Amino acid sequence: MTALPDAAGHWGPYGGRFVPEALIAALDQLAEEHERALHDEAFLAELDDLQRNYAGRPTPLTEAKRFGAAIGARVFLKREDLAHTGSHKINNVLGQALLTKRMGKTRVIAETGAGQHGVATATAAALFGFECTVYMGEEDTRRQALNVARMQLLGAEVIPVTTGTQTLKDATNEAFRDWVANVETTHYAIGSVVGPHPFPMLVRDFQRIIGVEARGQILERIGRLPDAAIACVGGGSNAMGLFHRFITDAEVQLIGCEAGGDGIETGRHAAPLTIGSPGVLHGARSYLMQDDDGQTLDTHSISAGLDYPGVGPEHAWLRDEHRAVYRGVTDTDAMAALELLARTEGILCAIESAHAFAGAQQWAAENGPDKVIVISCSGRGDKDVDTAARWFSLL
Amino acid sequence: MTRIDELFTTTRAAGRAALVGYLPVGFPDVPTSIAAMIAMIDGGVDLVEVGVPYTDPGIDGPVIQVAVDLALRAGTRVAHVFEAVEQVSAHAPAVVMGYWNPIEKLTPKVFAQRLKDAGGSGAITPDLIPEEAGPWLDAALQHDLDPIFLVAPSSTDARLDVVGRTNRGFVYAASTMGVTGTRDTVSNRAEELVARMRQHTTLPVGVGLGVSNGAQAAEVAGYADAVIVGSAFVRALQDGGADAVRRLAEDLSEGVRRKA
Repeated sequence: MTALPDAAGHWGPYGGRFVPEALIAALDQLAEEHERALHDEAFLAELDDLQRNYAGRPTPLTEAKRFGAAIGARVFLKREDLAHTGSHKINNVLGQALLTKRMGKTRVIAETGAGQHGVATATAAALFGFECTVYMGEEDTRRQALNVARMQLLGAEVIPVTTGTQTLKDATNEAFRDWVANVETTHYAIGSVVGPHPFPMLVRDFQRIIGVEARGQILERIGRLPDAAIACVGGGSNAMGLFHRFITDAEVQLIGCEAGGDGIETGRHAAPLTIGSPGVLHGARSYLMQDDDGQTLDTHSISAGLDYPGVGPEHAWLRDEHRAVYRGVTDTDAMAALELLARTEGILCAIESAHAFAGAQQWAAENGPDKVIVISCSGRGDKDVDTAARWFSLL
Repeated sequence: MTRIDELFTTTRAAGRAALVGYLPVGFPDVPTSIAAMIAMIDGGVDLVEVGVPYTDPGIDGPVIQVAVDLALRAGTRVAHVFEAVEQVSAHAPAVVMGYWNPIEKLTPKVFAQRLKDAGGSGAITPDLIPEEAGPWLDAALQHDLDPIFLVAPSSTDARLDVVGRTNRGFVYAASTMGVTGTRDTVSNRAEELVARMRQHTTLPVGVGLGVSNGAQAAEVAGYADAVIVGSAFVRALQDGGADAVRRLAEDLSEGVRRKA
């Protein structure tokens, strides 16, 4: 199961390449460079040095005793919120920046929802001396204004996208359009395990360090594997990063928490694995929120980073194979979990990550006491203070 | 022999390029879009690309993005596309131009059946490459529809060969690396691409992206078998209705007969 995808990027019926022919040459070049890099000691040493001495890896595994007591489980947090730039996104971006350099390209572009991937890309661009453009839905530039300023301070150009729903989906469309026109000098650093092959595999390979570290740390700490590994899923990169090393550990349940928005039954959500159907969006086949005509549906989530109608193809495969299970977590439950974590552990997590904490709370209630859970605390909540303050009527 | 094969036999005998025009169904509403497609044929368009509106048109520039967005908001459905094909194909051969997901959702088999029943001749699928097209190729060939793929200046010879062996009707050569939209000049990479493509196929090769007037059409007609115009027609429809569409078609039609 971990041997997938095949040479053309398929996990069963999922993945592949559904893009204009103009991008195929660049995707081939990227796939070749990635393959070479993974077997190149110099590349791996450079990436390792950046991860340790720039990004601050390995990130800690923190036992959340008071939160665990509150939900009735033994809980360990994989602290991606402590990585440089404040989320797991830096893991992927440092890898892609090194590939960009190897391909001789001088400009990187990115899409961003919550702004975490945009900030990580702008950071790597500053570090490597690349020109950087970040596409962000105009609605998201409003709800994540702090991250827009961070990107600009780092020297990136942020372009608000005003088409369609003005969120992550439309920012992704616009980044693809830029890439088609500028592919000779520009690398598109996709921020999640989505898009045409090789992106879902490549981003996973750079994110799997989350699970590799977490597995080693939990074994060292308690001498056994956890009963469950839980992460939030938008495109699915932190979840795939946490899950991948555990896929062959059959005793570890893998649980992905999608944005349930106002509730799955209301239709106002972003939970394609929970209630969507297979289709093609942004270059790959996966689960998707779509209507009877194959048109992409509008999504809703309080979390800009999860407000996306698609999901990575490897998650679609894990779902169909029943190796991972996915559930929708409502805005209300996520915000309650955010508050609980803040008050029991002194950790203000990103609203995206709060969906994983709420999912863990529900899973613990269903599975009885004394279970061991590893949760990916994928990002910190500084960017969300405004949204949270409004939610809790503090402003 | 499909209607597209017959068309190119005629234009080649006449020593000219064919004129291909695109408009999306439902912009600004379904009846007006169909009337504009027929006006395009009256003005001299030889083959109509009937556009399937899609929420995420990844290779389209602002003009077409705005038009399809309006079409979808006005309630345009895939069923309207088959209505348009039925009406348009009474006047000239028609192919659909559609992103892959709406075809996959309906299933390639049903889409091909309904397209054939409506009198369509084939489909251009801008985000589908031959390697992912298995079920569509089976369905299209079963119904004698032409599957039409894109090639780009970045396409390697190996990839041109794959398209050459898979494609039917005519090959769609994207003149430039970029999205749809009118441009002041048509990229000179188009001519080189057409020449490279001809080493891998005897099919006609059409050039699209960036053509908006008779002079540009004449230039492209100097080396390509078809001149493909999209955004300029959408803009004409937006600014001046079906009459403007007809006038633009007349100008372009004169261009493909002139040759630069």
